[in-house]
Formats: sequence, structure tokens, C-alpha cells
Amino acid sequence: MTAADARRLQVRVTGIVQGVGFRPFVHALATAHGLGGFVGNDDTGVVAEIEGRADGVDAFLDALRRRPPALAVIESVTTAALTPRGERAFVIGESAVTGHRDALVSSDTAPCDDCLAELADPADRRYRYPFVNCTHCGPRFTIVRDVPYDRATTTMAGFAMCAACAAEYHDPADRRFHAQPTCCPACGPTLRLGGLGGDAALCRAAVLLGDGAVLAVKGLGGYHLAARADDEAAVARLRAGKHREEKAFAVMAAGLEAARRLVVVDDAAAAVLGSRRRPITLLRRRPGAPVAAAVAPGNRDLGVMLPYTPLHHLLAAELGEPFVLTSGNLSDEPIATDDADALARLGPLVDGFLTHDRPIHVRTEDSVVRLHRGAELPVRRARGYAPEPVPLGFPVERPVLGLGAEVKSTVCLARGRRAFLSPHLGDLTNPEALRSFRHMTGHLARLFAVEPAVLAHDLHPEYLSTKAALGWAEERDDVELVGVQHHHAHVASCLAEHGRTPDDGPVLGVAFDGTGLGTDGTIWGGELLLADLAGFERIGHLAPVPLPGGAAAVREPWRMVVAYLPDIPDLAVRERHARRWDAVASLVRSGTGSPATSSVGRLFDAVAALLGVRDTVTYEGQAAIELEQRVDVAERGAYPVEVSGGVLSGADLVRAAAEDLHAGVDIGRIAARFHRGLADATVRAVVAAAGEHGVRTAALSGGVFVNEVLLERVRAGLEAAGMEVLVPSRVPCNDGGISLGQVAVAAARDVAGSS
Amino acid sequence: LAHGAGGKASGTLIDAVFVDAFRNPELERLGDAAVVGVGDARLAFTTDSYVVSPLFFPGGNIGDLAVNGTVNDLAVSGARPQHLSAGFVLEEGFPVADLRRIVDTMAAAAAAAGVQIVTGDTKVVQRGKADGCFITTAGVGLLDRTVVLDAGAARPGDVVIVSGPIGDHGVTVMLARGDLDVESDLVSDTAPLHSLCAEILDVGGDGVRVMRDATRGGVATILNEIAGASGAAVVVDEAAVPVRAEVMGAAELLGIDPLYVACEGRLVAVVAPDRADAVLAAMTRVPSGAGAAVIGRVADDPPGLVLLRTAFGGTRIVDLLVGDPLPRIC
Ligand SMILES: [Fe+3]
Ligand SMILES: [Mg+2]
Ligand SMILES: [Zn+2]
Ligand SMILES: [Zn+2]
Repeated sequence: MTAADARRLQVRVTGIVQGVGFRPFVHALATAHGLGGFVGNDDTGVVAEIEGRADGVDAFLDALRRRPPALAVIESVTTAALTPRGERAFVIGESAVTGHRDALVSSDTAPCDDCLAELADPADRRYRYPFVNCTHCGPRFTIVRDVPYDRATTTMAGFAMCAACAAEYHDPADRRFHAQPTCCPACGPTLRLGGLGGDAALCRAAVLLGDGAVLAVKGLGGYHLAARADDEAAVARLRAGKHREEKAFAVMAAGLEAARRLVVVDDAAAAVLGSRRRPITLLRRRPGAPVAAAVAPGNRDLGVMLPYTPLHHLLAAELGEPFVLTSGNLSDEPIATDDADALARLGPLVDGFLTHDRPIHVRTEDSVVRLHRGAELPVRRARGYAPEPVPLGFPVERPVLGLGAEVKSTVCLARGRRAFLSPHLGDLTNPEALRSFRHMTGHLARLFAVEPAVLAHDLHPEYLSTKAALGWAEERDDVELVGVQHHHAHVASCLAEHGRTPDDGPVLGVAFDGTGLGTDGTIWGGELLLADLAGFERIGHLAPVPLPGGAAAVREPWRMVVAYLPDIPDLAVRERHARRWDAVASLVRSGTGSPATSSVGRLFDAVAALLGVRDTVTYEGQAAIELEQRVDVAERGAYPVEVSGGVLSGADLVRAAAEDLHAGVDIGRIAARFHRGLADATVRAVVAAAGEHGVRTAALSGGVFVNEVLLERVRAGLEAAGMEVLVPSRVPCNDGGISLGQVAVAAARDVAGSS
Repeated sequence: LAHGAGGKASGTLIDAVFVDAFRNPELERLGDAAVVGVGDARLAFTTDSYVVSPLFFPGGNIGDLAVNGTVNDLAVSGARPQHLSAGFVLEEGFPVADLRRIVDTMAAAAAAAGVQIVTGDTKVVQRGKADGCFITTAGVGLLDRTVVLDAGAARPGDVVIVSGPIGDHGVTVMLARGDLDVESDLVSDTAPLHSLCAEILDVGGDGVRVMRDATRGGVATILNEIAGASGAAVVVDEAAVPVRAEVMGAAELLGIDPLYVACEGRLVAVVAPDRADAVLAAMTRVPSGAGAAVIGRVADDPPGLVLLRTAFGGTRIVDLLVGDPLPRIC
């Protein structure tokens, strides 16, 4: 080859291209095509210079785009011509810091097949080593302290590589080339259980669990509590210790076959369960599944997940039985991550700690999904997903930080076309969650080098997220505050994940949830909005009723029967609460401490309590969840609901349910008629509004739509009427998606304001 | 309307309007009472306006609120209350018999607190321009102790004491409106705290860091002021907070936290750990402190926040409320 034949290009690749084996991939590709040059990481992603024959350069670029490494997500490849230098060798360079950070940190990923093979191979030096990983798998977000993504900026910094690991790490041909968390038994973290270390600790843990012990197990994003899933006594002890009275526990099964013995797994479910993200997947429990009643009381579904670290793989195989694996905490507090904190908080609950010495930098809970028409319907977005950005349909002009709601808190930071959504942070009234919230806003800003210029927040003045926004704005004159109405944020979150832009016309947004502050000072939660990203008009809603005792009515669903049916005498629920019925009725009558609410969540509460399914709740959404579980899917009836001027009469549903109950109709059929009646009324209201406003698209959001029975019927009804229906599938429809919606609204207003 | 609730909204209003207009160092301290020098004497000086509906309720009326409130603002500042003024705004047609009842109550309350009402004023406004009767009192007290009391003086390790069951007044007044179908024997806790304060200071000396009387916004608001001013955490043990069963029942019915319910004769004292036992014992010997209890401690983390440790070992932030509480849980 002469210099005249040669071409030299600078190639810049952005996206998730660091820590995923991208440089060795480029090295291998360049070498295979006879190209010289170099490749390195910088703050924007991967940058390479390649030199060689034109056909080799073209083939290189083609392969780069078509067959990137498994974990890579390429957002852009840009090239620039350079003057050839006659370079023949191809080398891998060190990371460079250029000041502007645009490289993306990937999410934590379950072990790849190669690593699993090593784990099972007695001849391999990582045989049964619970921290095996490579560039294609392993811990990422939970261990990254800073960027650029290098070992020194992770919690692996304290582990000096042995000669064998270092050789792999520096060998461009090796699967572990620049695998930052790489390690082995000689140099990496060690497992510990009491005085036992390594494999002895693991085997002992399996024996203890097998015998009915409750153990704390340090995982990827925090400590879990574990117990055999079929051991009634152990699970009951775990439940009592945790002070979690009723909320279902997740179960880890060793593999798909083991999972199939617990729940019904179709192809879609198998794909989600086995994906590298490994969410807890809520699936229909098999009759007679060997699971203790205390695992998921009142629930015909079961949350199942497959092992997502080598440690979990080993433990599941060794134990040979599915085991409960639930957040290591009290009640619904944030999961413990710090060793000393875990010891103090969990010590009294457990018979032992299976722990290790790799620090956790970012608390990350397990993700939870349901399945809707074969697609994920996210319930909690955390491990395996965060901090991967949600791509936006338009670029934000100024960086925006959305501070979310309060109980299912997340924050979201957007720059360009990317919205970085934090993992689920929990209830901000818990001081640990508030600490995570504050840490996460700073951590995202640092990792992605974004200083927010706009702070978007809810309108509820008491949310700690709202107060944080106001407090930060007071300290800094250069940030702008944007208040976003809660249900508009729900709808905008759905629009944003579907790539809608501020130029797209309005949709009919259906936002059904528990509570959110409306622009009229009342509590909304059954909203029909004519909305685009920048604004909305409330064109319909559930007819308001008093919320007797505010937050107390949320904790005690039976009060909603009083709100809906104050004067019906012979109700069983009234007898169950005879002592306080009149007092609550006087709240309703006088309006004392009883703000008006159009909440669909509270309508579900009323029906659940009326039917005796659930009078008081110990966790958010419990009554509605349990009512959905009771639905008789064979029932074809639906209660009629008056819809006039966009206002749905919830009372029609409660009254019809009361009449059926009185007539002795089966509760499963009443639950079905209620769901179907509500869905049909919603469809009628939306279709009428669609005609009136000339809109053909609907967006469904709000926590109530985690209810798959309702979601399916509303969606099917709208589609039958010829509408396009947008449904959340990347971001939770509950308040975990609010921060994304806030970001989208604030960014859309920014675009509108400057054009 | 939320600006009168004693929480953050009223704090913002005060900062934005009054402190700005009247700016001076003593006002900026925003204590219960100002400290002013007159000749050789140091005086505590305070004023407060009273509006309550209904005007009469079990255990008292607007008259004793007006006297005790000002007496207490002086007393928790470490002063001996001396002289009060009283101004009345009456709605045309307000019954003279009611006014007489209120004034008699004030006289009795003044006698009980050892103060004299030495000056006053009355205005009558047209019907509908006022709600029956509004009263403004001002008071001066003698500061003859050297102790410095300041919400910012709390430090980690200090003990937090409340002088008796909380929320009696707020719940009593709410029930007295007659809207609720609740039977109750509750009476307002309105009382003068001058003897209790004197006892605390006699026994606690300079180990007494802070005394505040909990009025609107309840104990939670006072604790937040202490945490905010000192930059420390206040950690309260839920099980240790004295709340009468009837108050708890009404608060549960209404979905409110008793920590935010108004008192008119309760104080919060923050005391150095080595003086806490003695101070608590001394408080319980005074009738208005008979139900005193240690409710928590000052800690260093998280700075500026009030935490509540719940019965089962959970922890929750008790924040300053911005306005009327609307539900936040979803
Ligand atoms: Fe919501
Ligand atoms: Mg005052
Ligand atoms: Zn691997
Ligand atoms: Zn090694």
C-alpha cells in the first residue's frame, strides 16, 4: 500500500460505549481489516483514528454500526477526514478527560454466558468465584463513583489487580480488556459469613437457608433478606422482623425451569425474566406452587426473578430451592447499602450475614415489571435500567432537573435528547431516602456533566421534592423554577417516552391515580386532559367526593364508602366500622378535614372496602391491587356509569356494587363488573372528547394503570374506536415516572418560550 | 389564609413583609419576645393578636388565650411578666354579656399570672367587618437573669422536654365548632407558664438552651425552628410524646398529626444532658408541668431536620408545614 491509497479518519462514537468492551471490539475490528491507528475513551464516548485502504475503512465502519458489543448502545457515529501518517499498528489508548462529559454509564447487568461457563468450570481460576465479570456483564452503575469510567473511579479502586488479572485487563484480545470491575479469587472481593470466607461461606449460607434461617445477603445495589420460599415459619419470621405486614415478597428462582414451577411463563415472560436486566416480573402463580402463604398474601400473582449476580447464581444452585429475596430494610424504608448500617438495622432480624467487601456506591433496588400484551409495564424502575437515558423526541434547550413526586420518588436530569432517570429512591419522608435524593441529584449532574438551568417540580407545596426545588432556587439565582401539575406530568411522561415533541398536536391524556394536587386546590386523580407537552386543559374527570380525614382516608379505604354512600344503612362495612362511622359521616357532612377529590384510586378503595376485600391498607395501592386480583375474568357484565360533560359518576359504580352485594352476587363478578364499567365509561368519555376536539391519540398514565385488567379494557376499547393509544413501557406509569414528565413539560415550555 | 397557620407560609410572609420594612437586629432575631434596654433594666417586650372561633370553648375563651399567650411569650424568653396592654376590635352588635365574660376571664388570668393589665383600647367596626371579637395584647417583663435562651443554642446530646400532653387546645376548639359527631371531655390547655419557666431556669441554670411555647403549628413547628436555627437534628421518640387518648382519637379521625396541633399552655425546653433529670423533676412539681416528659434528643445528623422514630423502629421526617395539610400519600 502506498500513502496515496491510504485514508485516515477520526471516528467518534457516542452512546453507551464505555465499560462494555467497546475499545477491544474496535481494536479487533481494525486489526481484522488491516487498519492502523488507535482507540480511546474520552468524556464524550469512544474516539478512534483509523488508517488504511479505503475498502478496509468502509468495512470497518459498516461492522462498527452493525455488530457492536452486546451491552453497547450506539447513539451516533461521526467521522472526520485526517491526513494519513502511514501508521500500521493499532493500539488502545488510556482514557482522556476533555472537560465535557458525554459518555454514558451503563446499568448493572447479569452475568454473561462466558462468565457463567467459567463459574461452572472446575478448571477455571474463577470457578465458583461470586464476583466474576467481564466487559459484557457485571456491576456498573452501583459501583461507579465518577467518570470517566475507570477502575479508579469505581468502588473496585481498593482492589489491586493480581498479575493474571492485569494481563487480561491489558490484552486487547481478551474479553476482560479494560473490564474495570475485573477480579479473581486472588485479588478481588471475598465473601464472608461469620468466621467463614469464600466458598465455605456460600455453602454454609445455603445450608442455613435450607434449614429455615433468615439471612441478610449483600447484593448489587443493597442488602437483601432471604429465606426459603416454601418455609412458612421462616417467611413469617422475615415478615414480622421487617414489619412489612402484607406487601408481597419477591422470589428468586435458579433458572427458567425453576421459575416455571412457580408461575406461568410464556415466551414474553421468559424473555423478560431472562433479560440482562433481570427485573422482578409479576406473573400468575401456579396452583399448588411450593410457596408459603406469607410470601404474597391476597395475591394470585407472584413476583419472580432470576439470579442477576454470580453470587445469586451460586446461592440459588447450592440451595436448590426458590427463596424469598426482599429489600434489606424495615417496612418500606430504603434498602441498606452500608455495611455498618446494615448490621445495625438488619442484625436483629436475621440469623446471619452473607456479605462481602466490595462497597456499594449507589443504592439501587430491584426493578419490578408486569407484562401487558407481551411488553414490559414498569412498576419500579431501578437496577438493570438506571441510569440508561430515556431518549427524547426533541432536544432540550437548557438542562432540566425534574424533582419528582414524594412517595415513589425519582429524579430526572435531561440534556440534549437524553433524559437520565434515576433509580427509584423511595419515600422522601424517610431521611435515608431524602439523603439518596440529594445525593442522586448531584451524582447524575456529575456523571453526565450537566448543571441544571431549570428545576421542574410538583405543585404540591408539602412534597419534600418541591421544598428542595424551592430551597435550591433560593440559593442560586441562575436557575429557573417550573411548577408542573401532577397529572399533566403523568401524561407528559407517557408522551416523552413515546418520542413526542412539542410540535405534535394535543392528545387525550387519561391520568388515573391516588392523589395529586390540582390547579384548583382540590385533590385530583381521575383526570381527562387535553394535553400536549407544554400545557393542558382539564376537559373531564371523576365526579368529586369528600376525602374524609385526608391522609386518614387513604390509609382507611372504608372511609371512602362513607364518602360515596353516607346514608345506606345495612352495609356490612358499616357494621364493621360502626364505632367510627357516624364520626366519619360528620366529616363528610361538614367538610371538616375533607378536601374534595376526583381520585380513581379512592373509588377503587370504596369498592374494595364495600366488598370486604380491604378496609385498611398497609401499603400504597393495596386495596386496588387486591380488588384486581379478585376479578372473575369470565364475567361479561359491566355497571352503567353516567358520563355528562366529561364528568364520570363514580357513585353509580359504588351504588351498583352495593346493590349486587346485597343481592348476593359473587364478589369476583362484582369486581369484574366494576372494572369493566369504569373502563367502558372512560372509553366513552375519551371517544366523545376525541370527536369534539378532533384528536385521534390517547395517552394512559397514572398509578391506577398498573392494573392490567383496567388497562387492557380501556386500551382495547379506545383502539376499537379507531384511536391510537400510548401506554407506558419504559417508565413507570405511577409516580416513579413523574420526574420524567416534569422534565418534558419544562423543556417543552422552554422551546415554546424561546421560539 | 394559610399564612396564619404558624408554619412556613407565615414565616415567609413575616420575612417578606415585616422584617424587610422594619429591619433592626432585635426584630431579625424573631424570638417570642424582643429584649430592649430601658435605663439599667433589660426588658422583654412582646405583642400578639388573638382570633379564635368559637370565642368560648371548654376550658376557656379568647380572654385567657390573650393573657396567657403574651405572658408565655415573655416567660419563655426568661423574663418575669409584669404589665400587659389589651386592645379590642368588636363587631357591631357583639353582646355586652359576652364581652363582660371575656374581660372577667382576662382579669382572673392576669391575677393568676401575677401581671396587671395597665392600658387598653376598644374599637367597634361595622357588622361583618370582624368576627365578633378580636383581641391584641402586648406585654413587658423584667429580664433579671443572665441566661441566654436561643433556638440556635441547641447542640447534639441535649435533651428535649415537653411540659405536658400536646394538642388539647387545638382539638378542643375544633370539636367546639360542633360540626363533628364526637363526644369529648377535653378542655383547652390554656395556662400561664411563668412559674414553670422560673422553675426550669432556677434548676437548669445555663444548662437551659431553649424554651419555646408551642402555639399554632404545634410542637412540630417549634422543633423545626430549633433544628433550623441550630443546624442540628431533633430526634423525637413517637412513643414518648404525651398525647391524651381523646386527642389521638380526634387527630386520627381528622388525619392530622398531633405534633402539629395547637397548644396554648405547653412549652418545649431543650436542656443540657447533665441538667435534664433535675429539670424534668422540677417541672413535674409545678401544676402546669405535671405531665412533662422527655420526648427526644438533639443529634448532629441530618442537619436541620426533625425526625420521628416510630414505634416499630422506622424513621420519618416531621417537616415544617407550608399550609393546611393536604394528603401527600398516593
Ligand atoms: Fe400520581
Ligand atoms: Mg407571640
Ligand atoms: Zn461476562
Ligand atoms: Zn486477580
